[in-house]
Amino acid sequence: MLMAKSFLKSPAVLAIVVGLALAGCEANKKLPDNSGSLGLNGATPGSTQDFTVNVGDRVFFETDSASLTPTSRSTLDKQAQWLIRYPNHPVTVEGHADERGTREYNLALGARRAAATRDYLVSKGVQGNRMRTISYGKERPVAVCNDISCWSQNRRAITVLSAPTG
Amino acid sequence: MNFVCGKSRFARLAVILVVAGIVLVAIGTATWAKVEIDITKGNVEPLPIAINHFGGDKIAQDIAAVVEADLRSSGLFKPIDKGAFIDKNNDPNARPRFEDWRVINAQALVNGRVSREADGRLKAEFRLWDVFAGGEMIGQQFFSDPNNWRRVAHIIADTIYKELTGEAGYFDSRVVFVDESGPKDARIKRLAIMDQDGANMRTLTQGNELVLTPRFSPTRQEVTYMSYEGGQPQVYLLQIETGRREIVGNFPGMTFAPRFSPDGQKIVMSLQQGGNANIYVMDLRSRNTTRLTSSSSIDTSPSFSPDGNKIVFESDRGGRQQLYVMNADGSSPERISFGTGRYSTPVWSPRGDLIAFTKQQGGKFLIGVMRADGKGERILTEGFHNEGPTWAPNGRVMMFFRDSPGANGGPKLYSIDLTGYHERQIRTPAFASDPAWSPLLN
Repeated sequence: MLMAKSFLKSPAVLAIVVGLALAGCEANKKLPDNSGSLGLNGATPGSTQDFTVNVGDRVFFETDSASLTPTSRSTLDKQAQWLIRYPNHPVTVEGHADERGTREYNLALGARRAAATRDYLVSKGVQGNRMRTISYGKERPVAVCNDISCWSQNRRAITVLSAPTG
Repeated sequence: MNFVCGKSRFARLAVILVVAGIVLVAIGTATWAKVEIDITKGNVEPLPIAINHFGGDKIAQDIAAVVEADLRSSGLFKPIDKGAFIDKNNDPNARPRFEDWRVINAQALVNGRVSREADGRLKAEFRLWDVFAGGEMIGQQFFSDPNNWRRVAHIIADTIYKELTGEAGYFDSRVVFVDESGPKDARIKRLAIMDQDGANMRTLTQGNELVLTPRFSPTRQEVTYMSYEGGQPQVYLLQIETGRREIVGNFPGMTFAPRFSPDGQKIVMSLQQGGNANIYVMDLRSRNTTRLTSSSSIDTSPSFSPDGNKIVFESDRGGRQQLYVMNADGSSPERISFGTGRYSTPVWSPRGDLIAFTKQQGGKFLIGVMRADGKGERILTEGFHNEGPTWAPNGRVMMFFRDSPGANGGPKLYSIDLTGYHERQIRTPAFASDPAWSPLLN
């Protein structure tokens, strides 16, 4: 739970930064007032920030497992709803592993996590041809301390949005 | 590039080798060797050996120093401090005063001389003596471009190693690996190559894309590796001298974990298909690919036996990573690892008798060996994280990487001999991982 908390902190920080940035833009450039369309935490609905902050772009896995936990399924349900509502973002699902495995196996384990995530989103109605998967194995850790709180943050699948098309 | 040494002990002045501009001439006479290291035992007492100076100029001193460092690094030899030498005559053609060498307990003596030919070539001569028998073991001379002086030194060390152990050496060889720089959460990885002793390191890629798991061709100056170039992780082939590279095969998903077949004509690797990884082999000439495994599991890290008839690989088809051996056509897979823990990254010894592996047990990462039938498991080293063994060309020594924990931690390369002794770090400019040993160059 510790790591879940620390993870939740960073989107909040991000939201504040985004809010400040928008405010700065308004002050400097006199952009039209679109504050009415800003969603929770100041992110524009349908934007990447909206997805990351208000839906959650990642799910976590147990050691050496690609099974989706109830928490993960709940996050992915929200992702699916959001992705169906905003159908123009192409999606890349990244699979990652922690450092406590061998390199080649972890590449396959990351791919297995990405595939499980993608398959779940498809089962909830997201179009399969919108999504590609990629595995980074243990090559792209987000947390670098040497204990379980970091390793568990690195065992993840991230739903990454590209710029909307059409 | 065969080392056609033949019966050089009995040869008189026969030119027997021309490699990379290095010409070797045997200067031996008929001899009887008594001193010999039995390296079939575990921790052998290192043999006291005197490596005399090879002359006064810098290149002579450098060559003698590399010969000495090579032999010392094997753990099988204990070079004697030059300060103890009584007989200072290094002339390889003069008969040593054996009593002076017996006094300081030198079992073997190397006398050498390095000079320049009129055409600028380097001339290096040496003679190996059995001190207690009072006889010559081997003598050779080399002519070479002075820029190749390190290779000359490694070839001399390999020759001494072979004479005294009865087995081929491994000093004239190189290692490809991944050079790592930058913080742990934003690592930059580059392919790199160096001599087996860490000298002459240079990078082969620029660090713009993530590269992993390089492996040497057994027959050419080529490396196969995995790269994220172009956004899709794929297996590539790189020609070391020209820098030319190409994607191996045309697969619809991630390909990874490549290794060459012993004849250098095929690459065996994994293809990711949804949640499963299967093993494929591709013929580099015909470009035909053949699927070798098809289970709903992660099958990866394939490695050919040196005769090309078998492939060892890891699979979690039984629930967790274990080692399996199948025929090279994919038939008759059989599990060979049955110990506790998870087994991965199997690599077949160039001698064919042993398989090296990484093992995870009790939160630690171990390097071990087992026989090809899975019996006789021995652990060589264990700790926080040891991974990815690779064999020296003679199958006596392994290199692997050892990672250290935490934000400032990172991997470094180590070598260890197959008895589990003589572990030492290979110095690299930065962090380093995924070593793969080349065949013997000569």
